[in-house]
Amino acid sequence: MTGYTGNVDSKTTVDLTRILSKTADALGERVGMSPNVASERTRGLRSRIKHARAVHSVCPYCAVGCGTLAYVGDDGTLLDVEGNPDSPISNGHLCPKGSAIFGLTVNSARWTTVKYRAPYSDAWEDRSMEWAMERIAQRIKRTREETFVREKDGKRVNHTIGIASLGGATFGVEENYLLGKLMHSLGVVSVENQARI
Amino acid sequence: MGRGGATTFLQDLQNADCILIEGSNFAEAHPVGFRFVMKAKERGAKIIHVDPRYTRTSAVADLYVPIRSGSDIVFLGGIINWLLANERYFKEYVAAFTNASSILREDFKDTEDLDGIFSGYSEPQEAESAASAQAHEGGSQAHEPSSEPRTYDTSSWQLEKDENGAFKRDPTLTHPRCVLSLLRRHFSRYTPEMVESVCGTPQTKFLEVCESLAANSGREKTTAFAYAVGWTQHTVGVQYIRTAAILQLLLGNIGRPGGGIMALRGHANIQGATDIATLYDLLPGYLPMPSIVRDEQTLDAYLKTNTKPTGWWANTPKYVVSILKAFYGEHATAANDYCFDYLPQLTGDHSMLPTTFAMKDGDVKGYVVVGQNPATSGQNAELVRTAMERLDWFVNVDFYENETSSFWKREGADPSKIATECFFIPSGTILEKEGTMVNTNRMLQWHDKAIEPIGESVTDAWFFYNLGKRLKALYADSTDPKDRPIAHMTWDYEHDDPHERRKGEPSVVKVLKEVNGFSTVTGEQIASFTDLKDDGSTASGGWIYTGVYPDAHTNKARNRKGDDWTSLEWGFSWPANRRLLYNRASADPEGRPWSERKKYVWWDEAKGEWTGVDVPDFPKTKAPNTPAQPGAGGMDAHSGADPFIMQLDGRGQLFVASGLKDGPLPVHYEPLASVVENQLYAQQNNPLLREWRRRDNAYNGAIDAAYPYVLTTYRITEMSGVYTRYVPWLAELQPEAFCEIDPELAVTLGIRNGGWVTIATALGEIEARALVSGRMKPLRIGPGKGKRIHQIGLPYNFGNFGFTSGDTSGDLIALSMDPNVSIHESKSLTCNIRPGRRAARRRGIVDEAVPQSQRSPEGQAKIHGKDAAPHA
Repeated sequence: MTGYTGNVDSKTTVDLTRILSKTADALGERVGMSPNVASERTRGLRSRIKHARAVHSVCPYCAVGCGTLAYVGDDGTLLDVEGNPDSPISNGHLCPKGSAIFGLTVNSARWTTVKYRAPYSDAWEDRSMEWAMERIAQRIKRTREETFVREKDGKRVNHTIGIASLGGATFGVEENYLLGKLMHSLGVVSVENQARI
Repeated sequence: MGRGGATTFLQDLQNADCILIEGSNFAEAHPVGFRFVMKAKERGAKIIHVDPRYTRTSAVADLYVPIRSGSDIVFLGGIINWLLANERYFKEYVAAFTNASSILREDFKDTEDLDGIFSGYSEPQEAESAASAQAHEGGSQAHEPSSEPRTYDTSSWQLEKDENGAFKRDPTLTHPRCVLSLLRRHFSRYTPEMVESVCGTPQTKFLEVCESLAANSGREKTTAFAYAVGWTQHTVGVQYIRTAAILQLLLGNIGRPGGGIMALRGHANIQGATDIATLYDLLPGYLPMPSIVRDEQTLDAYLKTNTKPTGWWANTPKYVVSILKAFYGEHATAANDYCFDYLPQLTGDHSMLPTTFAMKDGDVKGYVVVGQNPATSGQNAELVRTAMERLDWFVNVDFYENETSSFWKREGADPSKIATECFFIPSGTILEKEGTMVNTNRMLQWHDKAIEPIGESVTDAWFFYNLGKRLKALYADSTDPKDRPIAHMTWDYEHDDPHERRKGEPSVVKVLKEVNGFSTVTGEQIASFTDLKDDGSTASGGWIYTGVYPDAHTNKARNRKGDDWTSLEWGFSWPANRRLLYNRASADPEGRPWSERKKYVWWDEAKGEWTGVDVPDFPKTKAPNTPAQPGAGGMDAHSGADPFIMQLDGRGQLFVASGLKDGPLPVHYEPLASVVENQLYAQQNNPLLREWRRRDNAYNGAIDAAYPYVLTTYRITEMSGVYTRYVPWLAELQPEAFCEIDPELAVTLGIRNGGWVTIATALGEIEARALVSGRMKPLRIGPGKGKRIHQIGLPYNFGNFGFTSGDTSGDLIALSMDPNVSIHESKSLTCNIRPGRRAARRRGIVDEAVPQSQRSPEGQAKIHGKDAAPHA
């Protein structure tokens, strides 16, 4: 298996289990036996997001387009993501995936460095963004030069099938526009996205 | 329907009196959108779910209707036949708003006449066929499917016109060659008995559906349809949707509240990516890419082919010239055809599947994949992975390591033999950037940036923008004409915020403003696509979005004032903020609401304009009694009572003369691999379906005793793809890959609930846990219902990476395509299944030990006609 074997975010899992079991214990003692009286500590608790900045966003999964509110602390860190009650589509609701957007974004398994795998190598290695971007641009130019077709059957073609791009349905309209404009100007015709998967 | 979008919107489902959900597990795959179905139910609507599996949607439906996967055209065609035979269609709507009254040419021949094909069909020329076969082996430029070039000459499908060029009509709908008469004849064999025999649906349930739809349509009531990829991913996928469109037109439900066809899309911006447009054959706004096949060498030739003489598409030149002005700015002038020759020309089908074969054959050298994972979510996923080994270089822009980024270290691969140079650029999630996503009902919603991209992550916009800048720099000194598009491409989206600009982040606001459009004379934003021009005085990167940024300071995608229905002040719906397409049809030909209950858009005689609860999808001041002008072009060719403004004749198309390659009417063909012969016609499969008969794409036989069970794939609510597999909360909810099997089959094969099973096709085999459940029920089909059919359900969300993992369904599915939109067939397949795990080294196309002898020669041979004798 080549699956991820690195730093599994087990903390989240363990904490959740512990909290759930403690909650269950507490409920077992209290429910039905006496009124649920909030403890001193509970009454002293304040919501982490009460004074946090709420940023309007949209769920990135299916295309229903549920509204989300991303709560951001003073130091710019993400605190939580919840459904936006003002959205006429979702009215504050989110499905399990949408409810876990926080974990999609803040996740120790995420790759947040530029990586490079040399030909015939069996490992990824870190490289700088500057190096990678220049190298990618050079490779695109070289392939374009090698594969550009000006004419076919006596007709102007001005394209290359030596380069292809895939993806679009998971990122924004403006990003799709930039991708399409750039690829068309390079002469790339195999520009495709998830609409055909 | 003439536009690339759902005709209705999610919130309007609550107004339906009946909702037919078919080809979708709505409650599971789009759970929050489903609340409007539940609202409709609370208001008394009847909810019907037609599906091979009893699902979460079925559980809350009023009526669950079982069906054999791959037989929906028979089911829907059966309803069409029932409506026509019992005179239960909406006669006034059909007569006034559809092309039911149009007259067919005498030389048109239907599938009734030719046993499953239409007039104009031609088999491939021998010589071309041989050349095509050679091309596959030799790996030259042609990666066209081996089934090419079976085609239809569509000239006999055209509707008759009079001397003024107007469509001939018979308003009485009795002419033997009128479209309605043809429909009656064409669907006459789709009887309730046939539905039961082909679909396995009990007649009583089928008839209850017919009665429910008819009773909940008409002046006072409306029925909505909802579908997803369960209807599209077939070799007849487009014709599934066509059948639904015919049915909704006959019922008079298009353009009306609580009606329409809700297309449920599976990715957050799949609509936007199609609109604007990262698909090989499209320019933004549903304009075709120029092609040498249509001989579109000049702007004039292109416009001649693609500008329609009548209807809204008469405006095509304005939209095309405006795109070229947006792309190439001041360099695009009337004298140089607005740089039309800067656009590359298509030479064939460059969609994902042919490109994968081209890659495998060594013709694609470099690949940029952004936010997509074809090595798992692609069909014939092992073909994708082995094809990628042939690349010189590969760039992946994504959040997580995934099966595509690291294809070179997968099980069975030897990295020391893979020369591909690979790059991984980390990108930020939606919370780390701002921009627009377009939801399933054409609504643009802006999202603000919450946090800075984490670590070295960048936005996808940053990647494309800076890549473009570097390429411009690399080509700066070139004098080669082929490099001019790069030099002349306008590429100035510098951010106004100094912090963002320093990082190199482009301003997506500026991008959206360009897509919206502006005057090239004054620089001011344009408020409506009716203001776009074909003289170079306007630029617009995508005319359908014009109006989203109507002035320098108004971003309507960022509007956030909703209400409990149309919510015109929440987001922006293309076109022109219309929420319900063709809504002029919500009023009768005279412009009055069909009923008080279904009032939506109507003619205000006093004000002399269309009004209502939505933006009218019609020229605002064109009165209902405006006559069509004989011989006129554009919208003047339509009367004030022709609601379907995108169409040549302004009518809903019951019969489609142009635009579909595989027939003007839907026809039931069996999937490429089936468990049964086509009971309706001698023609087994879609004669125009495309296939690649090669060793790395092995097919099951047309009817193959080795693969006796129907297999269908689907999504589960807790999982999307690799992203969700990395989210611990979600991984816990779906810890392992599984498949659903009915108890009868489980007992027969000795499969235990929770135990391992191996699912096999000719292409490969995968393992999963068995979920033995009464939700899966065997069906009886065939004449006299003598054949017992078992269907197996398989979620497609699994792969190797993440905290939950499992084999992927993509390793079972060989590539074939629908001829219209190049969609694969992954919803109706055949397979075998056995208890136990697969071999440690998976049987797949890289394994030289794949026993070719195991493949039936009959199955490999011609399968398109019944003469191809399935060996079952």
